[in-house]
Order: sequence, then structure tokens, then C-alpha cells
Amino acid sequence: MENYVLIALFAPLAGSLFAGMYAMKPKRLITGIVTSALLFVSFLSSLVLLFHLLKTEEIVKVKLFDWITAGSLNIPFGLVADQVSVIMMVTVTLVSTLVHVYSIGYMEHDKGFNRFFSYLSAFVFSMLVLVMSDNFAGLFIGWEGVGLCSWLLIGFWYYKKDEPRDVNPSISPSWAANEAFIMNRIADLGMLIGLFIIYWHIGSLDYDVVFAHVNLLDIAIITMMGIFLFIGAMGKSAQFPLHTWLADAMEGPTPVSALIHAATMVTAGVYLVVRSFPIYSQIPDIGFYIAALGAFVAVFAASMALVNTDLKRIIAYSTLSQLGYMFVAAGLGAYWVALFHLMTHAFFKALLFLGAGNVMHAMNDELNIFKMGGLYKVMRWTAIFMIIASLALSGIYPFAGFFSKDKILEVAFDSQHYIMWFVLWIGAGMTAFYSFRLIMLVFFGEERYKKYGFHPHEAHWYMLAAMAPLALLAIVAGFFEEPFEEFVTQLLPEYHIHIHGILAVALIGLTTLIALSGIALAVYKYSHGGFSPKWRETFIYKLLYNQYYIPILYEKLFIEPYKELSKIAWKELDLRIVDATVDFIAAVIYKSGFAGRVVQSGNLSKMLRWMVIGLLILLVLVIVYSPVR
Amino acid sequence: MFEVVAFYLFAALTIVMFVITVMSKNALYAMSSLAAGMIFISAFFFLLDADFLGVVQIIVYSGAVMALYAFAMMFMDTTKEVKENNPPKKIVFFLSGMIALLLVIILLTPVISDKVKALYPMSDEIGNTEAVGIVLFTKYLVPFEVAAIMLLVAMIAGIILASKRMDESITLKIDQEIEEKGAE
Amino acid sequence: MITLTHYLVLSAILFSIALVGILRRKNLLMLFFATEIALNAINIAFAAISKYYGDLTGQMFAFFVIAIAASEVAVGLGLLIIWYKRRGTIDLDSLQTMHG
Repeated sequence: MENYVLIALFAPLAGSLFAGMYAMKPKRLITGIVTSALLFVSFLSSLVLLFHLLKTEEIVKVKLFDWITAGSLNIPFGLVADQVSVIMMVTVTLVSTLVHVYSIGYMEHDKGFNRFFSYLSAFVFSMLVLVMSDNFAGLFIGWEGVGLCSWLLIGFWYYKKDEPRDVNPSISPSWAANEAFIMNRIADLGMLIGLFIIYWHIGSLDYDVVFAHVNLLDIAIITMMGIFLFIGAMGKSAQFPLHTWLADAMEGPTPVSALIHAATMVTAGVYLVVRSFPIYSQIPDIGFYIAALGAFVAVFAASMALVNTDLKRIIAYSTLSQLGYMFVAAGLGAYWVALFHLMTHAFFKALLFLGAGNVMHAMNDELNIFKMGGLYKVMRWTAIFMIIASLALSGIYPFAGFFSKDKILEVAFDSQHYIMWFVLWIGAGMTAFYSFRLIMLVFFGEERYKKYGFHPHEAHWYMLAAMAPLALLAIVAGFFEEPFEEFVTQLLPEYHIHIHGILAVALIGLTTLIALSGIALAVYKYSHGGFSPKWRETFIYKLLYNQYYIPILYEKLFIEPYKELSKIAWKELDLRIVDATVDFIAAVIYKSGFAGRVVQSGNLSKMLRWMVIGLLILLVLVIVYSPVR
Repeated sequence: MFEVVAFYLFAALTIVMFVITVMSKNALYAMSSLAAGMIFISAFFFLLDADFLGVVQIIVYSGAVMALYAFAMMFMDTTKEVKENNPPKKIVFFLSGMIALLLVIILLTPVISDKVKALYPMSDEIGNTEAVGIVLFTKYLVPFEVAAIMLLVAMIAGIILASKRMDESITLKIDQEIEEKGAE
Repeated sequence: MITLTHYLVLSAILFSIALVGILRRKNLLMLFFATEIALNAINIAFAAISKYYGDLTGQMFAFFVIAIAASEVAVGLGLLIIWYKRRGTIDLDSLQTMHG
């Protein structure tokens, strides 16, 4: 069994290294095929581990080697395959394999083909390290690794130039990559402080040790721990206020968005909170704040998606919104619900992104949905997949999203946070609306693309074949809710919902009602020409369209002062003080050497005179330092 | 009594001689007074019961070294007076005066201490020469041999430096001429 | 009574005279004379200490100083002769090829 753990972890690394050998060379199809195959091997190993755990309930642990032993600090490089991590492994490897196969087609004309697969497999490796590690240090290593690979992949087309914010709100891929990395770094500081607090009070970073001893600590310390770890999660999972990077990360290629910003990296924050449930169970107040923040983000992001015209941005805001839902569940103590929504969301969000990739490919990388329309006739399968995904996202029975999202709403209602329930309920409606707004504007209605001279066509068969399993899972995954709950609660705490009978049915009915009404509104409005252009002039539209002006706020508040500060530090401090000091020392040495040339004039009698002067000085020293005094 | 008189007399003479050596403009006068000064210094050695050393001083210094200097002087043109672009007198005399003063001060103070042990004590029964011989050939044997080698090297160096042409061997050349004459 | 001090003071005076000579002389040959004076001054000091402490080490040292001085003179004068053959002068200032 240990071998399967190792295979699952290192197969993507092998693929990454293999593709890395061809990094600077022109496109070689073999890199794509080999990396996809290795990821499929990893997926099969994860499945084996899943079945093993299902059958025997025996957690598999592997210790690779002692990594850091310094004094009393002992961090081994250990891996664990327990219920939570194996679910994450299966999700990650499945989506990654399909995205790899899809990318063979998507990136076929890109000259960085080999480099892309190397980065993508490296990312999967880092993510697997993150979920499989059995201590916080390994988790942090994986955390940093996914941050790095995300930076590499967002900035994949690094040579694209910067553009002003009104032309391209993400400015350029390099800028967006830097923004993502820097925001993650700010959050990582919080996470590091959390790790330090854990180590300081418990003396180890191992999950088993930490979770066994955490209830012995003072509640204030546990609160600090929870807060700081959540700050780290905020960066990775793009919670407010560290959320601006996620929308800008759409500058990267679409498979990257599908893998990283839908299914894996952004869920790392949720994974952290779920994994640290012993800590968060002790501090339900902090959990409430987490849930409240999640609910806020859910609606905040959904509101921005209502008016956006960029295809991928709408889906990005949708991801942000769904992450908020996951945090609501995790914050309220329903950890297995959060994990379940994470898994189903991975499937249908990845499907949505891949579909969007197909559309972009067909429309020559055009992103404005108002330049599309009526693509159903040309791209039937893509349209069907995206409709399936949108239905799942909106939470319509029997698709997967219904089960998971509904559960979260029930959890909110059950813990008597009715306002939260209401907010989430509105969010569900908005989600349904904007998802189908997207569908209607892209696939149905007037064929606006013809005006702009596009010639769309359906994607390659294997790209569609890669999307098919996701579509299937988006449909059926919801039915695995009960086995899932049973499986995962072997490790995670159980959460019993106390609403039964009529109230439960009523709630489900209300949720479905608002989702259906959102869909109906979208379908009706956009099949009859959409909203009138007068809406564009209103304040609320401008507010939402410009992301509540938050990026501009950040720029004025943080970026420009920091730039000024850096300039001052450079010109005043560095050049004037540090450089001047170093130059001064050098100048002193040089000048003293120059002055010392007099002694070596080459004229013997002068040098003899200097010798006598030296002798004089030595004699003076003899008298001054003689011991007889 | 005798010793005091002798000391002061020879001290005065030595100082005068050496001052002439240092101050004179004529090379010949300088050399002569140097030779005289050497002899007077050997007088000090005799006063200090260092008989062997005194004799060696006369033989080596006044004899060999001064002869060397005489030969060197003959080699160079001594009638020509070297133009002496002297540094300001004040600096020179100040420096030397200070050093003399300091040396005297240094030498006066630790002299009072009596902590020095005699490693190779002098005894009154054996004469100085014998004592020197014993110590020189037992304890100081290695420096003695090394000094001998050094003198050999110096001699060879002196010859090579000063001679005219060393590429032709005189003895071999004579053999060759004899052979040529014999061949004829 | 003549104590060690007298001899040492005498040695110091002779040594400073030698220093005057070293500083003053521009004629290389005269410079050598001054060096000889210095060595002799030292010899007196060694011999005096040797007598007043009853130790033969001082005389031994003086011995070796004489030997070294002799060989030094030999080599030094050889070099001086070569220099004279090349330059035709033994002025100290002409010895300067560095420019400081």
C-alpha cells in the first residue's frame, strides 16, 4: 500500500521532469502524452488507496526520510493517506488528468507547449504534497509549491505587454502573476505565524501530535492559532480582502484556470480549515466569523458576476462565490459538507472552464460574451456540457450541486444563523441567474459573432472526450452523498442536521424555487434581447462592473505609496547611506594607500629616514608598554 | 682606577673617530677614521675580559673588512666629491637624538632588575679563549657550521660579482694552448 | 666604577652616530661605513652584558655578528662595484628607478 502512495505522489513529478527536459524546444507531442499518462497512473493509485480505505478503514502512513532535525525540532517528510486526503487526491488527480488531455488540444499551437506540461505536472505534484503531508511543515511546502507553480502558469505568456486598467483590468499576465503571488505571500505570513504558534506551544508540527494536544491549551492561544491559519487560507482561497488576484488570474491559459483556480489550489484553504478541524472545533466563535466572511464573499462575488462581460471572469467570480459557500460550511462545523461541496464543485467548475476554453479557442481567444451568441448551432457538445455544468452550479436536482449546495444552506439554517441562510439563498439565486446569462449570451440568441468576422468550430474529439467524465460526475456525484458522509466522518466530526420533515422539504423547495426563478429570468430576458443599455449608465452597474473599485482602491492605497516608499528607500537609504558608506570605506583605503606611496619613493636615503622614524615609534612603544613601570 | 681611565679615554676616542667617519666629506678620511675606531673598540673588548673577541675584532674588522673597503675605494673615483644633497640638519639630528635618548632610557630602567640567569657562566679558572672554544664547538656548533658555509658563499659571490669575465676558464685555456702547440 | 650602564650608554651613543651617518650619507660607500659603526656599537653592548651577567652567550652572539658583517661587506661591495660599472656613479639618488 505504501507503494501506491509513493506512486501517486511521484508520478506527476516524473512527468514534470520529463517534460522539463524539452522545455525550450519546439512542441513535442510526446511531452503531453507522457505527462497525461503519468497523471493517469497517479489517479489509478489514488483510486486503489480509496478502495483500500473503503474496505479496511486502515490509514496508510509512509515516512520518507527525516527532513529537518535541529535540536528539539524534528520534522520528517511523511505522507498519510487517510479519508480526507484520499478524497482530495482522487479529486485532484482526476481533474488533473482530464485537464492534461484537454491541454494537448488547447495548447497545440502554442510554442511553449512542453514548458506548459512541465509546469502543470509540477503543480499537481505540489498539490499532492500539500494534501498528502502528515505535518504542517509539509503542508506549507506544498502550499508554497502551488503558489509558485500558479505564478509560473498565470504568467505563462509573460511576454505580453502591460496595458492600462480600462483596456485590460488585469493589466498583463506578468502583472497578474505577480499580484497572485504577492497576495498569497501576504497571507502566508499569517500562516507562518500560525505555524509558529503551534510549534511554540505544542512542540511539534505533526498532525497527530498537534491535534491530540490542542485541547489542553489556553483558549486564547487556540483562537490565535485559528485566526492566523485562516489568514493563510484567505490568501489561497481568495477571500475578501485578498480576492482580487483570482479574477486577474484568468490571464493564464484556460486549462490553468480549470485546474488551479477551480479545482485545486483555491481549495487548499478549505482543505487547511477542514484538516485543522480539531483546532476550529474548539473555537466556534472564530468559526462563525469565518462563515460570515464566507457568506459575504459568496454574495459579493456573485454580484460582480452579474454584469461582467468577460467570459472567464464570470466563471472566476463564480468560483469565488462557491469558495465562500465552502467556508460557510467549514466555519459552522460541518466539515464533511464543505469537503463534499469542494469535490462536486471541482467537477462542474472544471467542466465550465474547459467549455469556456473551447469557446475561446473557437472564437480566436475572444473573451467578450457580447461578441458571441448563437454558438449552439456550431458547438453543440460544448454547449451541452456547459449547460450541464451550469445546472449543477445552480443547484438543480438531480445534478451534483443540488446536494452539496443545499446541504450548506440547511447547515446555515440549522445553526440558527437565519441571516446567513438568507444571504446564501439570495446568492444561490444570483448564481443561477449569471450562469444562465452566460449560457444564453454565448450559445443562444442573435449570432453577434458574425458581425465581427469569427469562424467558430467545435473542438477536437479528445478535448470533448476529456470533458465527458467531468460531465458525468457533475450529474451523478450528488448521489454519493451518503456513502461520502459515512466515509469521511470516520475522520471528521459528524454534523447532524436537526431539521426534518416539513421544514426540510420547505427549505429545499425555497432553494430550488429561487434557483429556477434565476434561470427563468435569465432565459427570458436574454432571449428577448437582454437588458436595455440604459442600465449601463447607472451607478450600481458601474460599481459592479469595476469590481466595487477595489482594485483601484488597492492601487491607490497600497501600491502607489509602497512604490514611493521603495523609491525613497532606494534613492535615500540605499544610494546615499549604504552605497556611500561602502564607497567611503573603499575611498579611505584607496586614499590611504595613495598617501602611503611616499614611504616607497625608491630613494634609498628617504626610505632609510622612514626606517629611523619607525624605529623611533617602536622605541616609544617599548617605553610606554614596558612591564617595569 | 685604571679601568675607569681607560674606559673614558677610549670612549672619547671612539666617539671622535666615528663622528669624523660620519661627517667627513672626503672618503679617504672617513675610511681611515673608521679603521681607527675599530681598533679602539677592540680595546673595549679587552677591558671586558673578552680577549678572544677583541683579537677577532682586530683581525677580521680592522684587517679584512677595512682591506675590502680600501679595495672598493680604490676601484671608484675618490677624488670626485659626491654632491651631497643633504636633508635639513634639524630633522636628522632630532631623529638621532631622540633615538639615543630613548635607547638610554630603555637601557637604564631594566638594568636594575637582576632576574637574568646565566646559561653559560664564565668561570675564572679557564681563560676566555678556552671557554669560548668549549662553548663554540659544543653548544653553538650548528650556527658555527652554518656561518662557515655562509662565509664561503659570500666569498664566491664577491668573486663573481667583481671579476671581469667568468665565461673563459684560464686553466683549461692553458691546457688547450699546450695541446695546440704540441699538435703543431 | 664602570657599571653596565656606562657601556650601554656608550653603545647607544655610538648607535645614534651611526644613524646620523645612515640618514646623511648620499655616497653609497659612506653608507656602508655607517652600517659598520652600528654593528660595532651592538657588539660592545653584547660583550658588556655578557661580562656583567657572567654569561658567555653575549660573546658568542658578538662573534656571529662579526662573521655576518664580514660576509655582508663582501657581497655588498661586490654589488656596489657592479653598480658603479653600470652607472659610473655611486650617488644614492641615482639608485632610484621607482617614481613614488
